[in-house]
Amino acid sequence: MSYHANARGYYGRFGGAYIPEMLYPNVEELRQNYLQIMQEESFQKEFNDLLSDYVGRPTPLYFAERFSKQYNTKIYLKREDLCHTGAHKVNNTIGQILMAKKLGKNRIIAETGAGQHGVATATVCALMGIECVVYMGAVDIERQAPNVARMKMLGAKVVPAMSGSKTLKDATNEAIRDWINNPTDTHYIIGSVVGPHPYPDMVARFQSVISKEVEIQLQEKEGRDHPDYVVACVGGGSNAAGIYYQYLDRPEVGIIAVEAAGKGVKSGHSAATSALGREGIIHGSKTLLMQTDDGQITEPYSISAGLDYPGVGPMHAHLFDSGRGEFISITDRQAMQAGLMLSQLEGIIPAIETSHALAIFEDRKFKPDDVIVINLSGRGDKDLNTYIDYFKL
Amino acid sequence: MSERIKKTFESGKKLLSIYFTAGYPELNDTRRVIRELEDSGADMIEIGLPFSDPLADGPTIQESSTQSLQGGMHTELLFQQLEGIREEVEIPLLIMGYFNPVLQYGVEDFCRRCQELGIDGLILPDLPLAEYQLHYEELFKKYGLTNVFLITPQTSEERIRQIDEASDGFIYMVSSASTTGVQQGFGEGKQAYFDRIASMKLRNPTIVGFGIGDSDSFRQATRQANGAIIGSAFIRMLTADGIPGIKNFIKGIIDN
Repeated sequence: MSYHANARGYYGRFGGAYIPEMLYPNVEELRQNYLQIMQEESFQKEFNDLLSDYVGRPTPLYFAERFSKQYNTKIYLKREDLCHTGAHKVNNTIGQILMAKKLGKNRIIAETGAGQHGVATATVCALMGIECVVYMGAVDIERQAPNVARMKMLGAKVVPAMSGSKTLKDATNEAIRDWINNPTDTHYIIGSVVGPHPYPDMVARFQSVISKEVEIQLQEKEGRDHPDYVVACVGGGSNAAGIYYQYLDRPEVGIIAVEAAGKGVKSGHSAATSALGREGIIHGSKTLLMQTDDGQITEPYSISAGLDYPGVGPMHAHLFDSGRGEFISITDRQAMQAGLMLSQLEGIIPAIETSHALAIFEDRKFKPDDVIVINLSGRGDKDLNTYIDYFKL
Repeated sequence: MSERIKKTFESGKKLLSIYFTAGYPELNDTRRVIRELEDSGADMIEIGLPFSDPLADGPTIQESSTQSLQGGMHTELLFQQLEGIREEVEIPLLIMGYFNPVLQYGVEDFCRRCQELGIDGLILPDLPLAEYQLHYEELFKKYGLTNVFLITPQTSEERIRQIDEASDGFIYMVSSASTTGVQQGFGEGKQAYFDRIASMKLRNPTIVGFGIGDSDSFRQATRQANGAIIGSAFIRMLTADGIPGIKNFIKGIIDN
């Protein structure tokens, strides 16, 4: 069994392109061209040059000695927080802005939850001199003020999504509506491995640079190209897709996905899709989805704006469904404590999204010689206000 | 395909189809709205099954959907509200909605219920042609349901031909690249699109939707197409005037 997308964009029974006809030409244009464009030498060169000189890749693979000692196992952190703009999101936006240029688009739209993808999109639009509109839930605009300010400084227009729960799901709806209304000149830079085919596959390919680097770096540090486990937090799942990518079809590598339980999986305030979701359709993709019996999409909750999404990407739905991935959910409290612990043991303040992945060790035990790579997907500067409120700092 | 839809189109008149959200303005208004629409002269009705995340719709339809869901509407309740509707209403009735609620109900169960109630067809904008043909076409046919596809000004000629081939009722021509309720009236660009589609001599009749709200836009839209659909403008009227406003609204479109 392969865990990659097939030609129709399916991962097992998940994926596909469930889009209204109004979006068909845009999505079809992308589908017909993305693989070919990504393989072009000129594209590869520009992409790789920007990743190294602008983003600052390769990011370090850091052996977290004190953190490892705490849990009596070998924990490496893939430092995506050191990417320009502070998270892994920029790997994808660099790729997609080059894709948009190749397709002749002169306007970019994006959705954002925590604001990291919005900032990464605004950044590459500034770099390329292209108009940028970012949709963001009104609630998230409140709780992620520094990222809103960043986007504005970078010249992007930030449009509040006022519908539904006023979070990431609604920002995505608004971005899709914008795309329907602007079908020819606009490219939609989706920030995660969600949406209609080819987005999940395309975004995963752009993010695969993360695990490609891990293969080389682990070879130097451990004398083998693979860890025993790769661990990442999953909202939509783009950082997870990036760190899993090279290991999807290698069963000797355990895949651990960490979801946001919020106030508890059964509390009614959760975003733990694998525990609470059923097969359904959201934003153009068949995947696991939190919904009512009647198929209405449920409002998710997490202290972390980036994990506050009622679905997961179809790749992750398939990893869960097939048993290839081990899914763990972590509460707000556990995540916040883990974030504080990493700060104090390693001098690294992680994004609250990432803190969920760091929190698994209290319950999930590993052997002393297990090599574990956690994708440290983003830095915590944007979350300082949440940390301050939570710990009364 | 549904005989009722076939006969309605064979009448040769320019058809007025109305979209409204089930359970709006009040939860139990669905049936009254349908009866009043037929009495007032509407030729076909699209009953909107509300969805929490209607991404192809503008604010008017989203707001009516949210209100209907908050009022307690759900799929089974809509079916209950439609029990015996065929003893009262003769014009074609279609259900329009998003695919996820249908998937959760169970596609076959949904189709069977529609057939039992005398629903003639379904319009599910996010169930695309390829998925339909691969998984659901046989089911729809088994239960005598017409599946209606959309085309837009951006749809290629080749794809329009495919959609025409796969359709067995009528084709829903979205008047412009937009979500519902965004624009009003038609300029020259639209007429060129209408002309282009008319010149393709499709097997299926066409109905124009999006941006139609008064007798002028209805007349323009149906100059070449077989009919037109009014949605957001009708819902705005319902919000303002309620069910008593339906008669005047419909007369205002067809008598002018």
